[in-house]
Amino acid sequence: MSLAPQCSLNSVSNGDKDGVVIDCDVRELYYGKFKAVRDTRIAIERGKITAFIGPSGCGKSTVLRCLNRMNDLVRGFRFEGQVCFQGTDIYHNSIDPVAVRRYIGMVFQQPNPFAMSIFRNVAFGLKLNGYKGDKAERVENALRRAALWDEVKDKLHDSGLSLSGGQQQRLCIARAIATQPQVLLMDEPCSALDPIATRRIEDLMLELKQNFTIVIVTHNLQQAQRVADKTGFLYVDTTQGGRTGYLVEYGETRQIFEDPVEKYTQDYISGRFS
Amino acid sequence: MAETGTNATSKGDSITRAPTAFEKHGNTAFRLASYLFAWMTVLLVLYIAYTIARQAVPAMSKYGWGFVTGTKWDPNTKEFGVLPEIWGTLYSSLLALVLGTLFGVAVAVYLSEHYLGFLVFSVLKLFGVQFHPFWGKLPDRLEVLLKNLIELLAAIPSVVYGLWGIYFIIPLIRPLCQWFQVKLGWIPIFSTTLSGPGMLPAGIVLSVMIMPTIAAISLNSLLAVPPKLRQAAYGLGATRWETILGVILPTASKGIFGAVILAFGRALGETMALAMLIGNSNVISWSLFSPGNTLAALLANNFAEAGPGEIGVLMFAALILLGITLLVNVVGAFILDKASSGREGAKR
Amino acid sequence: MNETVFSAPVSPVGEPVRIDISQLEKSLRRPRSAFSFVLSVLVGLMTITALVPLFSVIFMLLVRGGKKLSMSALTELPPSAFELGGGFGNAIAGTVIMVGIAALISVPVGIIAAVFLAEVAPESRLAKVVRMCAKLMTDFPSILAGVFAYGAVVLITGGFSAAAGGIALSILMLPTVMLTAEEAIRMVPSKIREAALGMGATQVQTVWMVLLPTAFPGILTGIMLAVARAAGETAPLLFTALFSNYWLASDGKIDLMQPTASLAVLIYNFSAMPFENQVELAWAAALVLVLMVLTVNLTGQALSRNRTE
Repeated sequence: MSLAPQCSLNSVSNGDKDGVVIDCDVRELYYGKFKAVRDTRIAIERGKITAFIGPSGCGKSTVLRCLNRMNDLVRGFRFEGQVCFQGTDIYHNSIDPVAVRRYIGMVFQQPNPFAMSIFRNVAFGLKLNGYKGDKAERVENALRRAALWDEVKDKLHDSGLSLSGGQQQRLCIARAIATQPQVLLMDEPCSALDPIATRRIEDLMLELKQNFTIVIVTHNLQQAQRVADKTGFLYVDTTQGGRTGYLVEYGETRQIFEDPVEKYTQDYISGRFS
Repeated sequence: MAETGTNATSKGDSITRAPTAFEKHGNTAFRLASYLFAWMTVLLVLYIAYTIARQAVPAMSKYGWGFVTGTKWDPNTKEFGVLPEIWGTLYSSLLALVLGTLFGVAVAVYLSEHYLGFLVFSVLKLFGVQFHPFWGKLPDRLEVLLKNLIELLAAIPSVVYGLWGIYFIIPLIRPLCQWFQVKLGWIPIFSTTLSGPGMLPAGIVLSVMIMPTIAAISLNSLLAVPPKLRQAAYGLGATRWETILGVILPTASKGIFGAVILAFGRALGETMALAMLIGNSNVISWSLFSPGNTLAALLANNFAEAGPGEIGVLMFAALILLGITLLVNVVGAFILDKASSGREGAKR
Repeated sequence: MNETVFSAPVSPVGEPVRIDISQLEKSLRRPRSAFSFVLSVLVGLMTITALVPLFSVIFMLLVRGGKKLSMSALTELPPSAFELGGGFGNAIAGTVIMVGIAALISVPVGIIAAVFLAEVAPESRLAKVVRMCAKLMTDFPSILAGVFAYGAVVLITGGFSAAAGGIALSILMLPTVMLTAEEAIRMVPSKIREAALGMGATQVQTVWMVLLPTAFPGILTGIMLAVARAAGETAPLLFTALFSNYWLASDGKIDLMQPTASLAVLIYNFSAMPFENQVELAWAAALVLVLMVLTVNLTGQALSRNRTE
């Protein structure tokens, strides 16, 4: 079918169009009258971990939520620009945001398992997508890849809420990857967790990189340095009176951390911010 | 999204797919259904008002204002008037409101000041078990129990209260009423004898029924008074009751007033206990011991056996009852609204 | 009298202030303390008085109702004027059936309307109007539900019936079910809602698969409270279901279009009768009704308590 609206963005990233899964160009983004983000162009590459860093309130979570149209749920949300997912503009009128979210999964800041058994939590996506095959196998597979299987294999029918915070977050990751979405968005997935649980999730991300494209928002610079292949730095522009976030610099993580081009980036990385 | 769908399968074992047509249409259908049901609720209220009003229109045009000011109810001569019922409705409700508010607020103060907790605590202290793992919890538990018992009063069906009123309250207060009538008969409110059913037993039972509402809402607003106000009053050397009367009750007065209005609305519409206890006679009297009638009781007693002509008249009475309850609720909401905005203004 | 000297460092004269320590002693002879004490006692006595009706009702139900309560009272048909014995089996059945009809109508309508209020369009003008209407309906005198059902059902179908009674009761249940269900759905944390939507669930899938199951205990509490209230209602049934001395069946089939007995109306009718047997049956029926209502009510409350703990 050729109904899918073609993306009109010229691919960035060295002309390697196949390497780019999501090409995101946020020109202007409003919540009501509040301009939250402007001029942010990021190309997400397949099989890599991309991190968004920046001070709080710089719109990094907002940009992340653009990638699977979670912002549509906010009243007064208005978007100008394009987000191209595999060559399709997902903000085109003909696109169903619900469908977008099936291909682009999301893990949230707070662990949010449903008040049902561990098994049914993971099988939720299978049910949504009308999966007819062996559910138990899929669930086990997802739990194994989320490094949770050994801890829960004997209590799959206990409530998901009975797990610890770190386990709950890994359960949410298992739930998100059970359907094998193309991209996994993670919105500060470790901010509610202790350092040990955080470490486990980071190892897990590196593990999942084999199969998934991951985009992560983090306020923890070390975390970005440890896991991300590419990093985008967003900053707040207060010159026009508001607090509008924009992309300052985007590139290889090494380059951003060791040899940033922009002065803002350099100041932020070295902790020299007022 | 068809293209991305094919891409997805090429990726290996991905099972993601766009929502099927069934899912999409199901979603739309459900949203429509929810709109429909929401509209139905609104239409239901309008339809209720319409049904009653439509049936009442012939009687309204026939009797007009004379219906409201008339004092006779006689299906044989086709003379209908509901002034005694309006009087009885207001009199019994106000009587119940006075009693119910006194007791309801007293219970709320008793609970919010934790009298019971302190009392039980000091008893436990006599035995030296006030911090015992089991006995130590007793003060809190008994307070919760007391609160639940008061709430339980609201759960008993009104017809059971009516039964209780006939066989417990009336025999109980009759000798007392007799004594008042003999000794103080010159005062209008004691001017007649209590022959059985009457305004006072109806009012007492009605007050029992509305007291839990007043107590529960008053308790909540008393507990919502910031502790710093109490501490300020104590710090100035006020006694407990100077604090309660001077600071706490005035601060909570808005909530208590709301409770009283709500209870008044309930009392106006309460039917069964009154139909069983008020005596059902068309009398306008100041006396607490005289029988009377209310609009709701009038409907309850006459509807089932009413002939075609009388139905319209009863519908007219129902419309008046609806009007009075609406008026009380709307005026109550308006006053509450004003009181709250006034206080917020003072805060600034 | 023991006098103590309190030194007041900022005393303007520079001399210590002398205080009669006896003023600090507790004494009820002081008017302020006496006033406080009397009011405290008064409030305590009033609270005890407020509980008298509850215990008195329960005591009389147990003594007068318990005396007559037996298997035959629970299963037999009501007696006629001078007849002895008899029971109120058909009234129990009638109450259960009519409350059942009311629940069948009000629960689906109430829950779906609650989903509208909490989820589909919570801020819309329609939602505000619906909420106002629901509050209005809770403030309605219950007898008006009967008046309405009389005009809308009895007059049209041409007779008193269980269906008319059930419809009248459903009008009383609807706002309670709707408003408690709305509250319960709103209590579901928004992160749970986000999780479902983030996985690509449609709105209806989010509601059915996540929100309603999570809010279920709260919704059930509301239903239980509404059922308990409806079971005890008399006024809406008086001239919709009327009363009947027979079972609600013809030719072995349940017939919902007949006049139907209910416990509440039986108590009302029998309470005013001059026959001892009927009055005793009224008490027994009241005991059964109160037991039914309290069981449902307390179960509902226990459910909500478990949820909050």
